[in-house]
Amino acid sequence: MFDNVWLIPLFPLIGFLINGLFGKKIKNETVIGGIGAFAVLCSFAVSCMTILKLLSLPGEERVANVKVFTWITSGNFNADIAFLIDPLSCVMIMIVTGVGFLIHLYSIGYMHGEEGFYRFFAYLNLFMFSMLLLVLGNNLLLMFVGWEGVGLCSYLLIGYYFHKKSAGDAGKKAFVMNRVGDFGFLLGAFFLYWFMGQSHNVWTIQFTEIAKNAHLLPTGGIVTVITLCFFLGATGKSAQIPLYTWLPDAMEGPTPVSALIHAATMVTAGVYMIARMNFLFIRSPETLMVIAVIGGCTALFAATIGTAQNDIKRVLAYSTVSQLGYMFLAMGAGAFGAGVFHLMTHAFFKACLFLGSGAVIHSMHGALHHAHSHDDAQDMRNMGGLKSKMPLTFLTFLLATIAIAGIPGFSGFFSKDEILWQAFANPHHGQLNYLLWGMGAVAAGLTAFYMFRLVFMTFYGECRINPKAKDHLHESPMVIVIPLIVLAGLSVVGGYIGIPKVIGHIVGIPNYFENYLEPVFKLSEEYMAQHAAHGAAHHSVVLEFGLMGVSVLIALIGISIAYTLYVKNTSLPAKFTATFPALHRAVYNKWYIDELYDFMIVNPCKSFGRFLWKGFDVLIVDGIVNGIANVVMGFSGVFRLMQSGMIHNYAFSMAFGVAVILGYYIFK
Amino acid sequence: MENLNSYLIVSAILFSIGTIGVLTRKNAIVMFMCIELMLNAVNLTFVALSRHLGNMDGQVFVFFIMTVAAAEAAVGLALMIAFFNNKESIDVEDVNLMKW
Amino acid sequence: MSNLLSLTTFLPILGVLLLLFIPKDSKGVLRGVAFAVTLVTFIVSLPILTGFQTNAEFQFVENVPWIAAGPFVMRYNIGLDGISLWLVILTTFIMPIAMLSTWTAVEEKVKEYMICLLLLETGMLGAFISLDLFLFYIFWEVMLIPMYFIIGIWGGKNKIYAAVKFFIFTMVGSLLMLVALIFLYLKGTAAGITDFSLLHFFDLRLDLATQIWLFLAFALAFAIKVPMFPFHTWLPDAHTEAPTAGSVILAAILLKMGTYGYVRFAIPLFPDAAHKFAPLIATLSVIGIIYAALVAMVQEDVKKLVAYSSVAHLGFVMLGVFAFNVNGITGGMLQMINHGISTGALFLIVGFIYERRHTRLITDFGGLSKQMPIFATVFMIVTLSSIGLPGTNGFVGEFLVLIGAFEGELRWWTVVASSGVILSAVYMLWMFQRVMFGELDNPKNQVLKDLNAREITIMVPLIALIFIMGVYPNPFIEKMEPAIKKLVAQTKPANMAAQLPAVPGLPAGHPMIAPEQTPSAVQAVPEVVPAAAVNPHEAK
Repeated sequence: MFDNVWLIPLFPLIGFLINGLFGKKIKNETVIGGIGAFAVLCSFAVSCMTILKLLSLPGEERVANVKVFTWITSGNFNADIAFLIDPLSCVMIMIVTGVGFLIHLYSIGYMHGEEGFYRFFAYLNLFMFSMLLLVLGNNLLLMFVGWEGVGLCSYLLIGYYFHKKSAGDAGKKAFVMNRVGDFGFLLGAFFLYWFMGQSHNVWTIQFTEIAKNAHLLPTGGIVTVITLCFFLGATGKSAQIPLYTWLPDAMEGPTPVSALIHAATMVTAGVYMIARMNFLFIRSPETLMVIAVIGGCTALFAATIGTAQNDIKRVLAYSTVSQLGYMFLAMGAGAFGAGVFHLMTHAFFKACLFLGSGAVIHSMHGALHHAHSHDDAQDMRNMGGLKSKMPLTFLTFLLATIAIAGIPGFSGFFSKDEILWQAFANPHHGQLNYLLWGMGAVAAGLTAFYMFRLVFMTFYGECRINPKAKDHLHESPMVIVIPLIVLAGLSVVGGYIGIPKVIGHIVGIPNYFENYLEPVFKLSEEYMAQHAAHGAAHHSVVLEFGLMGVSVLIALIGISIAYTLYVKNTSLPAKFTATFPALHRAVYNKWYIDELYDFMIVNPCKSFGRFLWKGFDVLIVDGIVNGIANVVMGFSGVFRLMQSGMIHNYAFSMAFGVAVILGYYIFK
Repeated sequence: MENLNSYLIVSAILFSIGTIGVLTRKNAIVMFMCIELMLNAVNLTFVALSRHLGNMDGQVFVFFIMTVAAAEAAVGLALMIAFFNNKESIDVEDVNLMKW
Repeated sequence: MSNLLSLTTFLPILGVLLLLFIPKDSKGVLRGVAFAVTLVTFIVSLPILTGFQTNAEFQFVENVPWIAAGPFVMRYNIGLDGISLWLVILTTFIMPIAMLSTWTAVEEKVKEYMICLLLLETGMLGAFISLDLFLFYIFWEVMLIPMYFIIGIWGGKNKIYAAVKFFIFTMVGSLLMLVALIFLYLKGTAAGITDFSLLHFFDLRLDLATQIWLFLAFALAFAIKVPMFPFHTWLPDAHTEAPTAGSVILAAILLKMGTYGYVRFAIPLFPDAAHKFAPLIATLSVIGIIYAALVAMVQEDVKKLVAYSSVAHLGFVMLGVFAFNVNGITGGMLQMINHGISTGALFLIVGFIYERRHTRLITDFGGLSKQMPIFATVFMIVTLSSIGLPGTNGFVGEFLVLIGAFEGELRWWTVVASSGVILSAVYMLWMFQRVMFGELDNPKNQVLKDLNAREITIMVPLIALIFIMGVYPNPFIEKMEPAIKKLVAQTKPANMAAQLPAVPGLPAGHPMIAPEQTPSAVQAVPEVVPAAAVNPHEAK
């Protein structure tokens, strides 16, 4: 049925091999970029065919395991290279290959003239390969392969400008923090495998098998442990508290990388993983609560930091962290469909925003370069008034900003509102729901504020760029603009496939997206139907509309504050900073979390390592060994004095010895 | 043979004289002669016992010992001459290089 | 050919004889001949691989009487099974690479150097295929001497200290093993065994108290060789001082002798004692993993860092082996081979830059990526393999070890050991970053040449194996699996449950944790080893 699905990851792999091995010899940028983009285009085509085929099947048959070959068999353990096709993985491959293709296209223009152009495309294709493995893998281990693979590519691409120390540091930080998450993922997999095997004799790591046997698992208890481990994995990959600090630093990478990896695809892997194993997570109310709280906190916390950053990409990075927090909030509320929906809309508008900022940076960089200025091309304080210079970029950027701010009619509104409603109305967390909704709503307001702050500082007002560079600002080439337009279009209309029921009811459009994903989350819903007989409080339509209105109102307030501060009365922010210097400094410095981690974890580890080396290895172990040697040498130092060199001494001791021995035998 | 004891006593006296000589004298040649004395005391015992037991093995051994003693004398005297050439002394107290 | 194994083992000795006839000064010829000999040995060993039947039996067995003095009978008894097969192949595979790596590194006493390396090969191969305990001991000691000279003569600044340290550490262990071996033989004669044949001793079920003492003696010898914490301190010194080829062989093969010793001798000979000490050994392994990683993190010398990473990797091997199940031991065996390839490659890489710059201090480098792109790629791949990234060989072994240990009785040890996954990324990537990334600001580094054809030739087979074993490890696993299954069955503690009633933390049967008990089981993380489980008196 889906026999050719293995082609989807294969194309990027081929692209990677060609560019990786021969890219240096090819030299021609069009060819290299063409190969890279074409490989992804091919995957996209196959993905389209796959999803069409899937849609042609009736709902309950929309799942298939496609085995390619046996990877590891040992004892009772078996892992195949095999792919799982179901609605969820199909959505993901569509997002990954679709957005991925656009970003590849964009990169041809953006990376033009960079040293190591081939390297960039090779890594990008390798990333696509790993990401597709991650979403298509039908077992935990194959997912883990992709999981680590994307981490590696992220490392390589963040460190793309490896001669910059900050880039190398950021890459390493990303990899290590991801590894902390991977540790959790592995432990989760071990616990799950062992528990299912030991207590129910089901030795499997395959998702469909686990799902089939999920009814054997208890509620809470070991499942809480398993799911918390997996969630630790998700926090690493998806940049949630406490492992989020790598993502802002990851902006050291080229902008297309930020768009592809650190906004649209890789960072959503954690959300995908939870959705993939929703039947596990639903069985542990404790874990769901942890996820919801962490998601809500991250959404709010990252949003506060976003309000004070001046680097255009950093604002977007914190925005990504915050939006990922929303997705986890949805997951924690048990609204897996809503989370995945937000994942998709976020992929559209955030990719658009990043690519737009890339276009701005590209243009700024070129202009500053012409003017021999060393001003920071990413600092919004050097921008302003770009609206007229780059109209298309501005327009697409504005659309995506409206989408992320949650203005009704745009995609972000539908998905974000669904999440907020679910956070409020879900049957899992009781009173906590109000707090969750509150955090989400405030974060929505902050989001609207900092995103419009970004737009106003960049595109409105007077042009603050170095005057010499001013005339060199220009709109980007078509290869950059086209992806922007497509993504902006998707950010506007992408939401209409998942109109929340309460609105859909009125306008008569069903929630296509939720219905489509329904088979994936069926087990969870069945479980909830059995176990939440008491809960599921009924909320009125009025309440839902009311909350919707409130969140929109908060967003509008955010926008108007941004307008007041950064367009109408531009002296106000400075006054504000002067009034609350401590607060501003703390927010600007990201609440000093990095410093705290350095102080609490990194430095103690290093000094402990040094202590073990110098203290234990050298002092104790070697000390004992060398000490024994010294004791032996000390004794021999004493005994050698007996060697006097005087024949008489020797002769006498010999005679004495003989006499003693003889005496013993004679007198015994 | 009732006078075996007298042979053994003579031999014991000779051996003791030799031992005391080796332990007390410093002149290498004198010490050397004392060693010969000890060897010959043993030879005397061998011969006496061999005669007493009617077994010739003891007398065979005496020949071995005499051969060894001759070889030893040759090597020992050569060493002493070499030593005398170096130090102009054959006092064993001067031969104390083999120490720590 | 029935005596293929003997041929493989003693070909290097023939090579030594050949070298004796070549004048000292024709260094090129000496190198060429020595390399050719190892290459031929590798080629000769290939039919072993192809002719190996996938079953649990010992194959290519040769068994003739050798030394017989009264009741004392030693036999020349060799053969291999799935466990030793890959180690033999690894040895013959690594040797030509090591030879080639030393082409320009050693200029003094080339003849003696080559002779030492060839003798070493015979010693290692012999130790892997011996089925006679006494023969094994002889080969075990034969390995020691050439290695001692390799470190002591062609080593770095502090070579004498390192060589003597290496020698004494190893010797202490092997003497204990010798004593245990003689004692075992005497026990065997009492039970009617007339020779030193390993297979006969497998059937000898000694009482627990005797097993414990013998196991301790064997285990100590092997633990020093592995090396396990806290007997590891000879390793960093030996590695740092040894010439590149020496380090490569030391890491790739000699260390495996320790882990192989456990799998082949210590565990099947004394299964009950092995089970009894499993918690202790697992604890030491886990400490080794974390400890070595932390220490590696703060090293300033690249080679020392890699040496410490070896300690961590071998901790994983030991953890897997002492899981006593198919997954764990398979993982452990795979990890042995993986470590041979990856760490061997790492030492080669360190050798490459050392030959160019005559320093190994991390601070002396930086930004080499720009100057040496091929080197950077190779280094990156090997680093990732050492970290255990999926798709490379390191991952499969590490994963099987962890899952084996987890489903065995070493659950909480595994949890701690898994954090080694994080730490290995930290120290390896940090080192890589400091050496390869950043500004190329040292003028000495700005004139470095990229890898030459010889060096690339050395690395290509290793890198190929890194990927082959990562993507398609099943052929490797298939060949060893029957032997491992047999080993697992052999070491099942038949009377364990009776002897050890309810030792806490070491449940005898399969612990069926009922769901409602789980939260308490989860909270009850054993602090380290339950002390009682290690106490030999508990059993009586």
